[in-house]
Amino acid sequence: MSQDYEIVIGLEVHVELSTASKIFCGCPTTFGAEPNTQVCPVCLGLPGTLPVLNQQVLTFAIRAALACNCQIAQHTKFDRKNYFYPDLPKAYQISQYDMPLAEHGSISIDTTQGEKSIGITRVHLEEDAGKLVHQSQGGQIGTAASSLADYNRTGVPLIEIVSEPDLRSADEAYAYLTALKEILLYTKVSDCNMEEGSLRCDANISVRPRGQEALGTKAELKNMNSFKNIRDAIEYEAKRQIRVLEEGGKVEQETRLWDADKGTSHSMRSKEEAHDYRYFPEPDLPVVYLSEKMIADQQQQLPEMPQARRHRFQKEYGLSEYDAGVCTMSPAMAEYFEDAAKKAVSAKVSAKTVCNWITVELQGKLKADGKEISNSPIASGQMAELTRLIERGKISGKMGKDVFADMYVTGKDPEVIVQEKGLSQISNSDEILKMVAAIIAANPNPVAEYKSGKTQTIGFLVGQVMKASQGQANPKLVNQILRDCLDKNI
Amino acid sequence: MRELSAKQIHEKIIAKEITATAVCEAALQRIHSTDSQVKAFLAVDEQGALAAAKAVDRKLAKNEPVGPLAGVPIALKDNLCTKGFPTTCASKILAGWKPPYQATVVERVRAADAVPVGKVNMDEFAMGSSCENSAFFPSNNPWNQECVSGGSSGGSAVAVASGMVPLALGSDTGGSIRQPASLCGIVGIKPTYGRVSRYGLIAYASSLDQIGPLAQSVEDAAMLLQVIAGCDQKDSTCTDMAVPNYTEQMQSGIKGLTIGLPQEYFSEGLDPEVKAAVEQAKQVLQDAGARLVEVTLPHTEYSLATYYLIATAEASSNLARYDGVQYGLRAEADNLIAMYKATRAQGFGAEVKRRIMLGTYALSAGYYDAYYKKALQVRTLIQRDFTEAFNKCDIILTPTSPTVAFRRGEKTEDPLAMYLSDIYTISANLTGLPGISIPCGFNSEGLPIGLQLIGKVFDEQMLLRTAQTYQSHTDWHTKRPILA
Repeated sequence: MSQDYEIVIGLEVHVELSTASKIFCGCPTTFGAEPNTQVCPVCLGLPGTLPVLNQQVLTFAIRAALACNCQIAQHTKFDRKNYFYPDLPKAYQISQYDMPLAEHGSISIDTTQGEKSIGITRVHLEEDAGKLVHQSQGGQIGTAASSLADYNRTGVPLIEIVSEPDLRSADEAYAYLTALKEILLYTKVSDCNMEEGSLRCDANISVRPRGQEALGTKAELKNMNSFKNIRDAIEYEAKRQIRVLEEGGKVEQETRLWDADKGTSHSMRSKEEAHDYRYFPEPDLPVVYLSEKMIADQQQQLPEMPQARRHRFQKEYGLSEYDAGVCTMSPAMAEYFEDAAKKAVSAKVSAKTVCNWITVELQGKLKADGKEISNSPIASGQMAELTRLIERGKISGKMGKDVFADMYVTGKDPEVIVQEKGLSQISNSDEILKMVAAIIAANPNPVAEYKSGKTQTIGFLVGQVMKASQGQANPKLVNQILRDCLDKNI
Repeated sequence: MRELSAKQIHEKIIAKEITATAVCEAALQRIHSTDSQVKAFLAVDEQGALAAAKAVDRKLAKNEPVGPLAGVPIALKDNLCTKGFPTTCASKILAGWKPPYQATVVERVRAADAVPVGKVNMDEFAMGSSCENSAFFPSNNPWNQECVSGGSSGGSAVAVASGMVPLALGSDTGGSIRQPASLCGIVGIKPTYGRVSRYGLIAYASSLDQIGPLAQSVEDAAMLLQVIAGCDQKDSTCTDMAVPNYTEQMQSGIKGLTIGLPQEYFSEGLDPEVKAAVEQAKQVLQDAGARLVEVTLPHTEYSLATYYLIATAEASSNLARYDGVQYGLRAEADNLIAMYKATRAQGFGAEVKRRIMLGTYALSAGYYDAYYKKALQVRTLIQRDFTEAFNKCDIILTPTSPTVAFRRGEKTEDPLAMYLSDIYTISANLTGLPGISIPCGFNSEGLPIGLQLIGKVFDEQMLLRTAQTYQSHTDWHTKRPILA
């Protein structure tokens, strides 16, 4: 490559809001219902029907936009985006064009070079379209013998979040999506489930010789259904464009479809074939005024944002950057950790220990079982209690793992389990001294070896004491007392 | 029966002088005997009508309360959705379609115990001024069957003027209630935009469409308006302002009222006989105590162009849903795009296609600012004209239509000449203001002439009061066409 190129990426993210009913009618939004069972004349776009805005949609969208640090418009309006497709029963989508709900936002992402602010151009509301099932092998409308339409999703509320072209690599795009998803989960406006289509992303990509100010010609990439897909597709597209330029060609403005199976993309339509959506103001819906109170109410509903919380956890609880990241992965996880950490700290137990037990043991077990933290059989208070028992030396770390396994199955308090199983650790020095003396007496050879300088023999002797105590002796104390006895030659 | 008003029919039924069933049977009989001459009805709902009438009689027999329109037969324009009964918009593309839901106005007239007898003809998708754009057949003017009924609510006007029903509902986007009312010699009201719910009215141009009553007298029209007006949760553009009692102040006269006469509405293109009749009507109102003042509406000359940009733009979007996918006509073809094209080519008539293309063009990239956006700006100027005029007067008086009913076929080859039929009515739609047309005479050929009154926003009372005063001093509204 003779030239160094810079990649410029802007993302358009569509997010389904998790309101109970659709944006312009009262139909439920539940995912996975039998086809065409969640429809009414309004969302079917039957002649004569009219949309009525769901107020809950407005509050969710305002909250999401505030979480992206956007300015909320004083008044906003809806527009019609006109195009023909069988999944769009009115042949227009009610969307927002020149007066979006919110503009001028930004979110902060963590990159290898540190924090970076990514501009949010706008956040606007629109209705989702239905789903088509094409009756053919390839699943394409062009070759299908017939196609079936399911309008359950038609009219599900969406927000579209458009970023500025501030992203400079596939990794940054990935980090942006991760941060955005976290924010949306934190604000509880969407479940952001990509498999169910609650979060979808299109990418605008261009390349330019490093140092050049003018943007290169962009291609729009569609049909990426995971964050990994998006990263792969951006990398592929940037390489493709650079190759075109290197070979003396010109990048065409077009829309391309990503094929995850092949790991390539192909052109869907050129600039000439692009739709003219003929946007115009939706005459069936009046202009919406967003009162200061309405905005203030949503501002109040905003939780602490993931990045801020991550930084606070590092400072307040002494977590590493990695651990803080794991503990703020989802709002439920963060709440779980913080609750356990607070209880631990007030019992003079280190939050770091709690964190380890949560991120390693609990998280590992949940993951293996395909469970979420919100369905954890162990409550956060019980986790704190378990670590307290270990740190206080009531039980050993090894016992802790057994107790944890039992808690996970039964949901019982750790103390109850310790009592029931008689697991309580022996931390009485006199008692341990008796056992140590007995083991020294019974093992003259290893004792001699130790005394002759082969100090690693101590491991064997500790093991013997532990065995004699049926694992209940405090291993630290055993080690210490054994050493004292041997060294002082008692 | 033909001579009775809706009010009288209702009173006789309440007084048990006559049964609702007998009234319904008489209306159905009249439809059978006359409709072949005037062709108002697209579908008569004999069973449904008789069932509704019998239900009224049963309530009365049990001395249960009945609604304010109990037993009164009513005809519904075929762009109003009737649950389980065909609603076609007089278009082949919707032939046979039965809505699974009821329009709000249909629910309301049913709740008022009126008896819907069927669906009446119209220009396809309410696009036209003569009913000749119906995909099925034109309706004939009962005063001269070689002449048009006017449109688009031609069937509604003809059904009432021919004495088949005392009441009808129509819709008015650019004059579609007032112009056929004028051409058929009856009363038609376009209420203020937002006064009546549009839920279930199949949209032509959403920011202009409004449903309203047609009747023989102002009083009957007011009764029907009372029933259909008012807030509806299903229509966000429908106001929640309280509905006044329309009949209460109707008799209080117009002494001291100022009537504005816009000079732009009495100039070029106005038929001299129409002009003379309207001049005479001015005199009647002056004699009744009103003061006449000249007002000016300087942007009138742009109203037609403005209307045909906004209405067609909205229509191009509203009618996009007739794509053969979910309901209505589907022309089979090899692929999706071909299916769309064939369905719409076969399903829509020439005028509908013309307006869809006009509107699509007006909204297209590169033309939007010059056409659609400009039209919205001019619409604001026209609204300002009326606001200023209403600083000087309480009500505005104009002819409803520049001519009387014209011969069938006379204007079908010349869309622009047809569009000019609505020159005096479209401003009320662009401004959202309420308008009424009432009969004010006949020309030398015996064809009716209509007088239009335009009121302030949500001031339907003033329209009704003035119109009622006029009718109390004249007898034009009592004249009936002679049909075999």
